Amino acid sequence: MTSTGTGIGAAVRRKEDQRFITGEGHYTDDINREGQTYAYFLRSPHPHATIRKIDKAKAEKMPGVVAVLTGAELAADKIGNLICGWAITSKDGSPMNMGPHPALAQGKVRHVGDQVAVVIAETLNQAKDAAAEIRVDYGVLPAVADPAKARDPKSPQIHDNAPRNTIYEWSLGDAQATEAAFKNAKHVTKLKLVNNRLIPNAIEPRAAIGDYDAGTDSSTLWVTSQNPHVHRLVMAAFMGLAPENKFRVIAPDVGGAFGSKIFIYAEESVCLWAAKRLKRPVRWTGDRSESFQTDAHGRDHVTSAELALDAAGKILGLRVHTIANLGAYMSTFSSSVPTYLYATLLSGQYDIPAIYCEVDAVYTNTVPVDAYRGAGRPEACFVIERLMEISARELHMDPAELRRKNFIRKFPHQTPVIMAYDIGDYDAALRKALEIADVKGFGHRKQEASRRGKLLGLGYSTYIEACGIAPSAAVGSLGAGVGLWESAEVRVNPTGSVEILTGSHSHGQGHETTFAQLVSERLGIPIEQVSIVHGDTDKVQFGMGTYGSRSGPVGMTAIVKALDKIEAKAKKIAGHLLEAAPGDIEFKNGKFTVAGTDKSLAFGEVALAAYVGHKFPTHEIEPGLKEGSFYDPTNFTFPSGCHICEVEIDPETGKTKIARWTAVDDFGVLINPMIVEGQVHGGIAQGIGQALLEHCIYDEHAQLVTGSYMDYTMPRADDLPSFKIGITVTKCPSNPLGVKGCGEAGAIAAPVALINAVTDAIGSEDIAMPATAQTVWQAIQKTHRHRRAAE
Amino acid sequence: MHSFTYHRPANIKAAQALLAKAKDAKVLAGGQTLIPSLKLRLTSYDNIVDLKAIKGLDKIEVKGKNLLIGALATHSAVATSATVKKAIPALANLASMIGDPAVRNLGTIGGSIANNDPAADYPGALLALDATVITSKRKIPADKFFKGLFETALGKGEIVLQVSFPIPRKAGYAKFPNPASRFALVGVFVADNGKGARAAVTGAGEQGAFRSKELEAALKKGFKPESLAGVKVSASGLNSDIHAAADYRAHLIGVMAKRAIEAAA
Repeated sequence: MTSTGTGIGAAVRRKEDQRFITGEGHYTDDINREGQTYAYFLRSPHPHATIRKIDKAKAEKMPGVVAVLTGAELAADKIGNLICGWAITSKDGSPMNMGPHPALAQGKVRHVGDQVAVVIAETLNQAKDAAAEIRVDYGVLPAVADPAKARDPKSPQIHDNAPRNTIYEWSLGDAQATEAAFKNAKHVTKLKLVNNRLIPNAIEPRAAIGDYDAGTDSSTLWVTSQNPHVHRLVMAAFMGLAPENKFRVIAPDVGGAFGSKIFIYAEESVCLWAAKRLKRPVRWTGDRSESFQTDAHGRDHVTSAELALDAAGKILGLRVHTIANLGAYMSTFSSSVPTYLYATLLSGQYDIPAIYCEVDAVYTNTVPVDAYRGAGRPEACFVIERLMEISARELHMDPAELRRKNFIRKFPHQTPVIMAYDIGDYDAALRKALEIADVKGFGHRKQEASRRGKLLGLGYSTYIEACGIAPSAAVGSLGAGVGLWESAEVRVNPTGSVEILTGSHSHGQGHETTFAQLVSERLGIPIEQVSIVHGDTDKVQFGMGTYGSRSGPVGMTAIVKALDKIEAKAKKIAGHLLEAAPGDIEFKNGKFTVAGTDKSLAFGEVALAAYVGHKFPTHEIEPGLKEGSFYDPTNFTFPSGCHICEVEIDPETGKTKIARWTAVDDFGVLINPMIVEGQVHGGIAQGIGQALLEHCIYDEHAQLVTGSYMDYTMPRADDLPSFKIGITVTKCPSNPLGVKGCGEAGAIAAPVALINAVTDAIGSEDIAMPATAQTVWQAIQKTHRHRRAAE
Repeated sequence: MHSFTYHRPANIKAAQALLAKAKDAKVLAGGQTLIPSLKLRLTSYDNIVDLKAIKGLDKIEVKGKNLLIGALATHSAVATSATVKKAIPALANLASMIGDPAVRNLGTIGGSIANNDPAADYPGALLALDATVITSKRKIPADKFFKGLFETALGKGEIVLQVSFPIPRKAGYAKFPNPASRFALVGVFVADNGKGARAAVTGAGEQGAFRSKELEAALKKGFKPESLAGVKVSASGLNSDIHAAADYRAHLIGVMAKRAIEAAA
């Protein structure tokens, strides 16, 4: 830690919170442009229909209407489709079947909420009034929402180029070796599950303002984005909305995202296009109903899995088949989530000799599905950790013991599903968690609860995830259309203050604090003298953005690399100023010192000298102090840990109360333990939300039933216990800071710990997420009926 | 929101006059249902008549053997009123469980019963407590007031002024909230008024709050939890939706009734 107490490892209060909690933040909707207009989208009420005709004549004559635009105008202006940027190849070598995704429907709508037309008017109310006057002649088609039914030949075909609604049939691992492992097995545990569909629900709805400057032929887009450069690249290169060099994307303060703001959506594309077409700024802010109907959803897997074990409980093989629902269109990174972000983590923390996984991705008449906090890894963790728990119960083994028996202990460890785990200590986390959770006292607590008529259950989740995505060549070989490095620029000002321009983007993570802590540590200056600049393509060099818990391991490492260059150059300048060889200059606690002497200069003095340029040969050393770095990681990082959940169930109502929650995580080195703890809390809350409360439901006609908070259950404070948190540390070897990432762990680890606990409490494995009171009560009734029948 | 003309009459007479004269008018009390419905364009009116400027409509008092609660008394006023807590503590408890603090600080008893949401808490309480709704025109017993989903006996231009609750010997309320909305998935209000027990259910009925024959018959054995042992509530006429099937609701009615009696005071 530095003398200022604001360096790495300090629980510094978040610098950005003052403006957020006092209403001084600047979100997209807070920004106003001279002459701005309001966009309102007319959306499809039908899950699947052809559009025979759109009559907009009356709407166009309504008061305040500037324009009514449809897919026809979009096509006339030759605006390209929204794309999916990760190509997945099927088992048979064929490419994935990507159907067209126009920003405004062209001939067909494919989910409830699909954009049919946009009204642009002087006020939002005028736009809404006019939208009500657009007459759309729909030819309603049968629809399908259930991914398991989508491939049925009798189901309606959603895209012409995707027979049986199949996008790809992909596999990973060695089918034959796995087959052989199952032949040798003494015990096989089987599991069928549905990983329930979720709606992200960021506090700030998506929003966009498109603006066009005819004088310079340049466009600006303010947008709720986790990756403004990716937005600019896709919109410029694939959609042709503006040339990249005359196109600025600004993602100002963003109020939460959880993945849902990575993607390039129709609405921002239309705002940008319409602004140029109409030469007026065009703004749109989604309302909550639109968030439910258009933000990319998460999860939605139907999976069957089998685990092969020998007589002693050693795992021999794992076989998984998953149908993944990608919705009506392929969202920006949707194809990668149920494949390379999912099947690659199926080995969990265990030494599994053979794994084979098949994934069939399907279209349905639902909102597109893409990455949502954890993205593939919660689904993988759920599969392997449910199998471990059930296996332990079937083999009458302690679930902790079965895990220990199979833990990986030698690193690096190559799994059969691509990943090479670099480091970890799974025993340490389990040991600590068992202690914090007082698992020894569980039997006693269970008896006490039983006397009160309550059922107590205990569930484990020893999880692993892959973060810090990702080595560019590796993801490129797997189909990614982009590299996943990160960039940084360090600008030292003449007064010694520092601006960090980062390609990472903060939308809740607290980068303005943690990144400043890194600089404070390295340069020995107070964090107040460090500013973090992000989210503006005109200010910041190209960067890849924030998702997949990558800002620490990748984004901060880019800053480290740039700081290394700053230090090297500053040492050279200090050498001239102190009349010593650069190799004799030491830099520590913000001071350049000639080794073994008391001759020293403060960092600020060297910074000023760098810009003045009087006292060093500027033909050898350029003036100024500004360095950049593009850092490409050499491996994923592998955070891991152990969560233990203890539930108390009221058998009369089926209601589950979380009695205890223990989370022991290994995130490598912690930059700010307070922020890490906050990330853990938030992640667990979302994981508990998935396991206990949240469920996006479509009916059999593909109508969205849970379209508001009246029906979609978000976790609330009183649904959650006080979490007991522990930390173990193995330093990540692949980056200089030794960090691994912490943003998704809770959402990955939590759901399965909870379901393992609920199933333990009621003595039935047949519990679907979310384990609502009704679901649990019904399972209890069924178990009792079976028991009575058996007696 | 579509535009409308906003009226703020100073007294009941003026409010009645406005409602008699104005085309397509709607009374506004706490606005916890009406305002969101207007904002979402689910409904629209030409005229909105806001009652909040009318003095005295929020009064809470005991007169003789009755607790009188003014139509504009907010849920938080009822929840925290010493008068209510002394006379019918179960009613204060019920009010404390409605919505969230923002809803409780604005929502009113008059607005709630006039809206008669099938999952609202108050209608069951009025039925079980044998309350009387006093309007600008007449007195309506609770048994005759609630007429089905969002339907009441209120006529055109008729305004709820007060609810009169006979003070029971004992009453209790137990609610199993809908996990998403926190409205009642099943709420059971039980009351012993000396002449026998009344038990009403909210949240579960296809036609809104109703008195349960099964519960009231069982409670003839005495106003105690044991009377409900083995009671079977029929699932017929109960709602089935994504949150609860009718048979689960029927089961919960029995459980909540038992808990309401256990909590009764």
